[in-house]
Amino acid sequence: MKVKQKMRYERPIIRKLETNMPNKYGLRTEYMPMTQIDGVPVKDLINEFGSPLFVLSEGTIRKTFREARKAFSTRYPRVQFAWSYKTNYLNAVCNIFHQEGSWAEVVSGFEYQKALHNGVPGNKIIFNGPDKTVDDLTMSIHNESLIHIDHLDELYTIINLAEKIKPRPRVAIRVNMDTGIYPMWDRFGFNYENGQAWDALNKIMRNPKLDLVGLHCHIGTFMLAPYAYATAAAKLIDLALGVKQKFSHDVKYIDLGGGFASGNTLKGSYLPGPDTNPTFDDFAEAISSTLISSNFESGDLPTLILETGRALVDEAGFLLGTVIANKRSSTGKRTTIIDIGVNLLFTSFWYDHKITPAQPFTHYSEDTTLYGPLCMNIDVVRESASLPLLNKGDHFVIHNVGAYNMSQWMQFITLRPKVVMIDPEGKPHVIRESETLDLINSMERVPDHLKKSSF
Amino acid sequence: MMKIKKNVAISESGYLFNPGTGESFSVNPIGVGIIQMLREGKSEDEIRSEMLSQYDIDADTMEKDLQDFIGFLKQYALIDNNDEKKV
Ligand SMILES: Cc1ncc(COP(=O)(O)O)c(C=O)c1O
Repeated sequence: MKVKQKMRYERPIIRKLETNMPNKYGLRTEYMPMTQIDGVPVKDLINEFGSPLFVLSEGTIRKTFREARKAFSTRYPRVQFAWSYKTNYLNAVCNIFHQEGSWAEVVSGFEYQKALHNGVPGNKIIFNGPDKTVDDLTMSIHNESLIHIDHLDELYTIINLAEKIKPRPRVAIRVNMDTGIYPMWDRFGFNYENGQAWDALNKIMRNPKLDLVGLHCHIGTFMLAPYAYATAAAKLIDLALGVKQKFSHDVKYIDLGGGFASGNTLKGSYLPGPDTNPTFDDFAEAISSTLISSNFESGDLPTLILETGRALVDEAGFLLGTVIANKRSSTGKRTTIIDIGVNLLFTSFWYDHKITPAQPFTHYSEDTTLYGPLCMNIDVVRESASLPLLNKGDHFVIHNVGAYNMSQWMQFITLRPKVVMIDPEGKPHVIRESETLDLINSMERVPDHLKKSSF
Repeated sequence: MMKIKKNVAISESGYLFNPGTGESFSVNPIGVGIIQMLREGKSEDEIRSEMLSQYDIDADTMEKDLQDFIGFLKQYALIDNNDEKKV
């Protein structure tokens, strides 16, 4: 008897055709499967390291960094990147950037120590942020780090320390300003328009114990307007030329912070980010032409420092996961529950992350809401996505997750999973172990009177 | 007995039109098969066993997905729901 060959199964679906496009589900169906990352099958990665799993591509980090460096160094003679630790401070990630020539940009004592641990020389650490303790400042003065002063209280603390310790603190001020972008970030640093920044520079220049080395700003994040950087550069140049004129002192660098948009799609955007967001070349053109055409003598052009974070690492990060269940909501809408929640994918609050299946499907798709596994209403990974007919147990890949997730993730309800990095030869390395119950419990202390079980 | 509404038209390629509401839908091939069986008056049990013999799938998943699909047909008002009118 001949055994009948059965057909490959696919869930039956019916999908209403909308006549008035585009609907709120957007224009794209994300069914192009991603079955492998840098040559390693997604299935193998999940089998070996579990689900969920963060995966980073070393090759993509290096490629992206080199693109950014090329965009700037072909347009301006002195460019220095400083890796923004908070964006992703896994040591393996930081070390790639350091190998590529990046300095470190840190905003806390913890991040500062991490940079030292990664072998970054003290004089190549930029210390930003409003909360530097006296110990932090003392350490960074000793190490000749670049201290970016955020407010007057900090300036006075540094002046006091400079009376007692050597060497001369190397300082810059953080400047906030109107660049035509709303909302204006005026919480950090000294304001340009109202003269605070100029006053602070005068205080520093009149104090022989301080060495003014730079000017800094960070005008916002996920910026879509290159011209805002041209405005920022022009305002910092104006301050630098003012210092030069009044005190005959050269400011060595202008630091424009971070904020370049990555390839993600901001929530509420109609068009996918990669189609619309500016490129490194766009930002580099706006910034370099402002610097080059300024009134500096050629020999006095300041170094341009960039603290680019998300745009350098987002694309290199993937989050692999598994479908837990499909449901129909009370209103009849399709919902899909996955093993990844907002505890791991913090950036789902900002972005409509691109999600693709990890195995081939037919071209049929379905509009669905993706919920995480947390017992919380806020746990929505995508409010609406058009996806192929994923079944329980199927795997998928969330794209562009390299920035901020592996630093802002929460240990909440579930343990944080492993992070794997694939090297340029296609070999995966665990660069952060998954958390264990023992690890979490080892940090807790139970008072004696609460140790006795009542069961 | 559940039956697809008489005036609902469905093509083999999966284009479904409900003249009652003017709405149109797209249905995948397995869905087309199910709708045709409903139209022929087959019971859910019959549909299920037919599907299990045709497709490489376990009974639990088939059962769940069939229920889910029929739920959508009801929600889109493509089914005459006489079975629920228990007199
Ligand atoms: C001072 C500073 N520099 C750099 C960055 C990195 O920004 P992004 O990841 O948007 O490039 C930030 C982020 O908030 C920042 O506050």
